[in-house]
Amino acid sequence: MYGLPLLSLSIWVPIVFGVAVLATGSDRNATAARLLALIGAIAGFLVTLPLYTGFNSAGSGFQYVELAPWIASFNVNYHLGIDGLSLLLILLNSFTTVLVVVAGWEIITQKVAQYMAAFLFLSGLMNGVFCALDALLFYVFFEATLIPMFIIIGVWGGPNRIYASVKFFLYTLLGSLLSLIALIYLYNTAEGSFSLLDFYQLPLGLGAQILIFFAFFMAFAVKVPMWPVHTWLPDAHVEAPTGGSVVLAAIMLKLGGYGFLRLSLPIVPDASQYLAGFVIFLSLVAVVYIGLVALVQTDMKKLIAYSSISHMGFVTLGIFIFNAQGMEGAIIQMISHGFVSGALFLCVGVLYDRMHSRQIADYGGVVNRMPVFAALFMLFAMANSGLPGTSGFVGEFTVIMGAMKANFWYAFLAASTLIFGAAYTLWMYKRVIFGAVANHHVAELQDINLREFLVLGALAAAVIMMGVWPDPFAEVLHTSVNDLLTHVSQSKLPVE
Amino acid sequence: MQYIQPLWPAYPELFLLFMVCVVLVADLFMHDDNRTATYTLTQFTLAGCALITWFTAPDSGPTYTFSGMFVDDLMSDVLKLITYFTVMGILVYSRAYITARGMFRGEFFSLVLFSTLGMMIMISANHLLALYLGLELLSLSLYAMVALQRDSARATEAAMKYFILGALASGMLLYGMSMIYGAAGTLEITRLANVIADGSAKGNILTFGLVFLVAGVGFKLGAAPFHMWVPDVYHGAPTAVTAFIGSAPKLAAFAFVMRLLVQGLGAEELLVEWRQMLIVMAVLSLALGNIIAIAQTNLKRMLAYSTISHMGFLLLGILSGDLNGYASGMFYVVVYVLMNIGAFGMIMLMARTDFEAEELNDYKGLNQRSPWFAFLMLLLMLSMAGIPPLAGFYAKLAVLQSVAQAGYVWLAVVAVIFSLIGAYYYLRIVRLMYFEDAADNTPIYATGDVRILMTINALAMLFFGVLPQPLMQICVDSILASF
Repeated sequence: MYGLPLLSLSIWVPIVFGVAVLATGSDRNATAARLLALIGAIAGFLVTLPLYTGFNSAGSGFQYVELAPWIASFNVNYHLGIDGLSLLLILLNSFTTVLVVVAGWEIITQKVAQYMAAFLFLSGLMNGVFCALDALLFYVFFEATLIPMFIIIGVWGGPNRIYASVKFFLYTLLGSLLSLIALIYLYNTAEGSFSLLDFYQLPLGLGAQILIFFAFFMAFAVKVPMWPVHTWLPDAHVEAPTGGSVVLAAIMLKLGGYGFLRLSLPIVPDASQYLAGFVIFLSLVAVVYIGLVALVQTDMKKLIAYSSISHMGFVTLGIFIFNAQGMEGAIIQMISHGFVSGALFLCVGVLYDRMHSRQIADYGGVVNRMPVFAALFMLFAMANSGLPGTSGFVGEFTVIMGAMKANFWYAFLAASTLIFGAAYTLWMYKRVIFGAVANHHVAELQDINLREFLVLGALAAAVIMMGVWPDPFAEVLHTSVNDLLTHVSQSKLPVE
Repeated sequence: MQYIQPLWPAYPELFLLFMVCVVLVADLFMHDDNRTATYTLTQFTLAGCALITWFTAPDSGPTYTFSGMFVDDLMSDVLKLITYFTVMGILVYSRAYITARGMFRGEFFSLVLFSTLGMMIMISANHLLALYLGLELLSLSLYAMVALQRDSARATEAAMKYFILGALASGMLLYGMSMIYGAAGTLEITRLANVIADGSAKGNILTFGLVFLVAGVGFKLGAAPFHMWVPDVYHGAPTAVTAFIGSAPKLAAFAFVMRLLVQGLGAEELLVEWRQMLIVMAVLSLALGNIIAIAQTNLKRMLAYSTISHMGFLLLGILSGDLNGYASGMFYVVVYVLMNIGAFGMIMLMARTDFEAEELNDYKGLNQRSPWFAFLMLLLMLSMAGIPPLAGFYAKLAVLQSVAQAGYVWLAVVAVIFSLIGAYYYLRIVRLMYFEDAADNTPIYATGDVRILMTINALAMLFFGVLPQPLMQICVDSILASF
């Protein structure tokens, strides 16, 4: 479209605005910083829209490709391109950034410029991950996202923020460093190329594939996070400021799922098939066991964090059952989870800003004071439990259908989430929102203002639209998913 | 006279030698209040050396002179240029610091220049004796610099420790060199390589000498298990001197390793021998440096252990044993030096009269006191930790790639695991600066030149992180042109 490098714009517009926001300096210019951040976030979102309108959903391969030499000594290229899967995630990311900027508008009063800038940087960097077609470029973006998130959790987080931020950083760094070794190994095997497209064609023996698979698995499973490497997530979520939790749940976790689809599956297809059972097992543990863990949480944010892990179990399950429904369902589930978990964290944020407590026990009868809020919260809670007509249903149902094709018991266990999910979400909802007004703090609550209504309303619209009419999301996926499955079904083992 | 023809490859050294004498004499006639003139003269001397080196760079291939004792090639010119700029940078950073501590005197500057001369000779040596002479000139000047603060017991102790262990290492080097001479009958590095290639050198004695040489090299680099002096000297010396010891001499030490092990003893059968030793040293350095650094509460000591681990990485690059690996080692050492002077520059910037700013807790809440300096320090620390998109990441990547290519994937895994551990203590600085409240709200004062240099220095980490190609290309080219 007009020959503009749209993907580069989607990466660099937020980052350039981030620098500009940082330049506004101290909190005396907080209003300027907020306005500039909002303009940047909206501009960042607007430049991603033509990606969707101009996208050819029937075309295979990557679109909007940009290629320029970057580090010639290593034959690394600034190679960008997207398919249907990255397209949706880019849109989700840029959309969420706008919401996060608006959501932090009056809430953040300390170091406003740094806060806003961190989110803009994060947005640009994550778009970079979704666009990169060069493994090193991917890795650089993937890793660089840690820095702003580390700062966000550590500076604006809760009382135990230091522990949480360091744990978050080191945990994810461990995983990605091992994947770096795998990338270097692939680079040497591919005789000096970091291009993902070259990696896709590279024949590899099963032993090497399995090692590479585990190296990637460490990076992406930590990011998703999968049971048993999920323990950083509840800490990070509980301590992060609302905006941080939203971005973490809505986008950052998707980096892991995206990594599986973009790197693990196509580069080591044989190992992925060989070890699918193992991944499915872990996913089902996440769905069932973490669902039970969520049930006993007393802290709302922690509950939603565990619910995130459980829902992300669906994503990895869908990816590794290797059929079109499963994979499409997994991707839809990622997008839907982006909306729903983001919205739930925002809801908790709304309550926390008023009451400064996340304990379920401190609430009760909120509906009497905040009816509008209660209605929106209800919608998101329903979406989280997978009610038909909301986005949560589409993804989960498609994955369960895919799982049923693969194995009845997979589907059976996965479907248990419909019960557990409903149980922990609605039970929390009931205890917080319904009942008699619990104490005088609740009695003094004010309903949401226009700013909060806009943020939650936008997400509510997205959740309902995706639930009722998922086609606009699903249609861009078909070709990409089918191509990926065809590729995965071809063995890369060297011919004896 | 024909032995010292042509003379031009050594012009920078000759100019520097002449100017050291000028500085030394001129300083005698100066009052304490116009000592700035000595400082300016020193800076101009280094700038002059840079110009001469630039304009006398050979057009093609190495040029030998002084009967083959001295070589001028692209690698030496690049390393020398970086050395000058490093030393100039350190002088800018340390000016206020040494003024406040009564070290802003002629001795400091002449010692700095003498040690620079020593480094230049090491970088350009093509003869074991020249190498040794350069090394001793450097080391003796450093011993004196560490002890420059006469009244400080800590500095004196550090200087004694440094001197005794340094002398021991020099002894080992000399012993090793004598073995090599016995086995090969020559001390000239290029001829040594030829003799070994002919097969006319005596294998066992050669290997025996090699062991001593590697031990000496390990000491000078500060690699484990020859690292004992590093933390004490870094901690005890005045920060200005620590910044000096920790930076430019590593460039010279890199050249030293390249000349000695790669150029002189790089034959396949010897490479196998020293590679094993380097593997042990690299793994030990990575492990020890990164793990012990966690326990430090003093930033200078922490950086000392961090240096040990960085030297481990440098050795990994060299032990790959191919041009690619040497280039990655060179890239690593250049990036390391840039990060290191930045970090020590920051310590000196934060320091005041009677306040050293060397405890980790002194950095608490730096983001409140000065967001810009906190940001610069963040860049430096994350670059040291090797987080993309900062220069330190590419340095590590280049080394890991060459190690993996040489078939040592397990070494790459070990290196990665220890750099994960390393990330913890670099993050701790970031954590203190950003997440904690300031305990001390004294305004941070820095002169304009320091501010500008610090900004350039730290932003260079980001610049070379986003666009590492130019620097990488320089390293690749200079290794290709010199070997």
